Amino acid sequence: MDDSLVKNTAQNRMMKFDIKTMGPAIALLLLCIIGYLLNPAFASEGNITNLLTRSAFIGIIAVGATFVITAGGIDLSVGSMAAVISGVMIIIMNNAMSTFGGGVTTVLIGCGSSIILGLGAGWINGFLTTKGKIEAFIVTLGTMGIYRSLVTYFADGGTLSLDFAIRGTYRPVYYDSFFGLPIPVWVFAIVSVLGWMLLNRTAFGRYCMAIGSNEAVAKYSAVNVDRIKTLTYVIQGLCVSLATIIYVPRLGSASASTGVMWELEAIAAVIIGGTVLKGGYGRIGGTILGALILTTIGNILNFTDLISNYLNGTMQGLIIIIAVWLQRADFRSSNKTT
Amino acid sequence: MLDSINSQTSVLSADRVSKSFGTIPVLFSVSFDIVAGEVHALIGENGAGKSTLMKTLAGFHQPTSGSIKLDGNTIDLPPNGQSENLGIVLIHQELNLAEQMTVEENIFLGRELSSRGILDRQKMEAVVRSLLDDIGVDILPTDRIADLSIAKKQMVEIVKAISRNARVLIMDEPTAVLTEAETELFFNQVRRLKEQGVAVVFVSHKLAEVKAIADKVTILRDGQWITTKSADELTLDSMAQMMVGRELSDMFPPMNEPDVDAERILEVQGLLAPETKNVNFYLKKGEILGFSGLVGSGRTAVFEAICGLSEISAGKITFRGDETRFNSVAAARDAGVVYLTKDRKEKGLLLNEGMRTNLSLLALPKFIRNMLLDSKLESDALTRAIRRFDIRSRDPEVKAKDMSGGNQQKLLLAKIMESDPRIVIIDEPTRGIDVGTKQQIYHFIAALAAEGVSIVLISSEMPEVIGMCHRVAVMREGRITGILSGDDINESEIVRYAAGLKEAETNG
Repeated sequence: MDDSLVKNTAQNRMMKFDIKTMGPAIALLLLCIIGYLLNPAFASEGNITNLLTRSAFIGIIAVGATFVITAGGIDLSVGSMAAVISGVMIIIMNNAMSTFGGGVTTVLIGCGSSIILGLGAGWINGFLTTKGKIEAFIVTLGTMGIYRSLVTYFADGGTLSLDFAIRGTYRPVYYDSFFGLPIPVWVFAIVSVLGWMLLNRTAFGRYCMAIGSNEAVAKYSAVNVDRIKTLTYVIQGLCVSLATIIYVPRLGSASASTGVMWELEAIAAVIIGGTVLKGGYGRIGGTILGALILTTIGNILNFTDLISNYLNGTMQGLIIIIAVWLQRADFRSSNKTT
Repeated sequence: MLDSINSQTSVLSADRVSKSFGTIPVLFSVSFDIVAGEVHALIGENGAGKSTLMKTLAGFHQPTSGSIKLDGNTIDLPPNGQSENLGIVLIHQELNLAEQMTVEENIFLGRELSSRGILDRQKMEAVVRSLLDDIGVDILPTDRIADLSIAKKQMVEIVKAISRNARVLIMDEPTAVLTEAETELFFNQVRRLKEQGVAVVFVSHKLAEVKAIADKVTILRDGQWITTKSADELTLDSMAQMMVGRELSDMFPPMNEPDVDAERILEVQGLLAPETKNVNFYLKKGEILGFSGLVGSGRTAVFEAICGLSEISAGKITFRGDETRFNSVAAARDAGVVYLTKDRKEKGLLLNEGMRTNLSLLALPKFIRNMLLDSKLESDALTRAIRRFDIRSRDPEVKAKDMSGGNQQKLLLAKIMESDPRIVIIDEPTRGIDVGTKQQIYHFIAALAAEGVSIVLISSEMPEVIGMCHRVAVMREGRITGILSGDDINESEIVRYAAGLKEAETNG
């Protein structure tokens, strides 16, 4: 009896695996085939590397967003947060120049301050939603506005630029490779693996899902709901700061237009990946695929004249709607047959 | 086999209806006749197929084989509640009312009266007012649903059904959440409907009520039709036996007295918390202490406060000899004090998760090895729990929402036990649960007490409290009005304390 039970379990897992996990993967595969057919250069090593590197920012942020959304929250502030952290990082590094020069120390100071800022900003979002008992949508809508205006203020309406001396030291973090893969891709990969472990293999991840499914049940099951929810925002903040650390050396500047719409792209990646927007079910693997899908669309449009590159947003929007619609249809049919 | 019944004209009938979900058969060739002006009770254990039969009769499910007849003619009922247009109304256990809208708006929802595109509120209100007057309940058309008691909400559902000219009214456990007085009010309405020639079908686990109100009783067991008899021919015992299919000799296990000098594991003095005033009691090791009283008398509130679910403003709690306050559920759990909620669906189980996730949630730290959750430990725990608590499910990956009430309760019990508690507080452990499972749960509780676990049994069901508990605390308006033991534990004493006719002096 026990044996058959285990077998059954394994079989069911396989079936679930098929329906839910494969959807985004198939979509990505289709996109790649289309890309290749439209222009074989799509599959060149240079382009694939470029695509992965571009996905890293949204991907890393989206891994954090997966935790927030799984636990039933939402964070709209990530794009603005990335912008303000970039700006403050640049200001700190430029000021540190006079004491520490343009070397590694200054860059490390910048990265350290980025992480502290990310954790702090995440904690503020978490604290206001849990202890302040304000809806996450409203809290993060507020902080989104605040951060965006702060970066504009710091840049005095223009652009904050990193000193050229530091830029030279910092540049490799974005442009260099390690074992054939650019450093941002490594960071993305490590964040993904850690995120997957955290969500699927730890008590913390289980608690996130429990809170997203039903907060009252979690509370009655000895889950410290406020702490876990706050932690999801802190993780989100950390992810934003990591994304910022690899983003700043790319352009070496920050302005009011840095990170615009990142929050929506991150949320879109999470949703395309199969995480449920109202919480309770999250998939890091899907999120990563979602981020790759979004970047691939833009990349394909760059490669072809068929559709104007200006319609990138249209294509992304359509993909989001279709992805969610397919997940719905899928649920309905599986309900019918069982 | 139903000749005597078929001689009367049936409004709606199921003729050898079978229903399978996927490959799993749920109903086996069940015939069921509903006659105008008759109250027909449908009883059976959880998972016997009652809900499926009702939903098939109302068109929510299509029969896999067999047919549904309306006025003697075979008919394919339209899905999704459109059978209402044919006069067949199903009232779900979870009432289907828009909480923020008024009674009038709810009753006319989806078929509002209007003239030239503008709602004719006056007319609708007048219609609703006359319907409510007919029934004689004190509800206004302008009342907001959210402000009404559950019993009144149920009345609104019934009025809604009547306003749709229901000929057949099918109700899923209408009395499960009603108090005795409310049930009586509800039965009066059922009798009125019956006089008007409406056929009423209802499911209930309360056999005494079935006996009191039903004309005819149909018993299902494991998806099979067992019998249809006139209610007069059945006794409570014979109904219970046919439902379970075996002798239910002793509902309650023999009582095992704790040691006279067993330690007082928990002592509460002067507890002041939301909805409770100056609560004093103690609990001995291995004791089953009942908490009786009316719904809302503060029974749940006392233990939510003790377990760290709400703020305590004053009082002294002594646990195993030391004064303690549990600031969180986790702290209470770590000390070995757990509360099993009465609200299985809202506070007990993650309905969209499987049994394994639900089982380990409360005691999750126990399943961590090297910072990671050990899924093998979790699976082993589930295998053990399924065996120990006799959780029956067709599929080990079943989601909690698809389990029967009885199995949900067993899973919840198993979940609580994963934390190896010393004190278990069980709130309404048998609400909405069939007789067979009830008996099992009573035996689990008694066995736990015999092992030395102390139990607090909060219950509104008098026989349960009387049959299970060593002592019974009765609450009224947030206070304990009396603690009974021995021969004093009987219905009339409990009622006196609960109704405020009597109060122990020490608590005065």
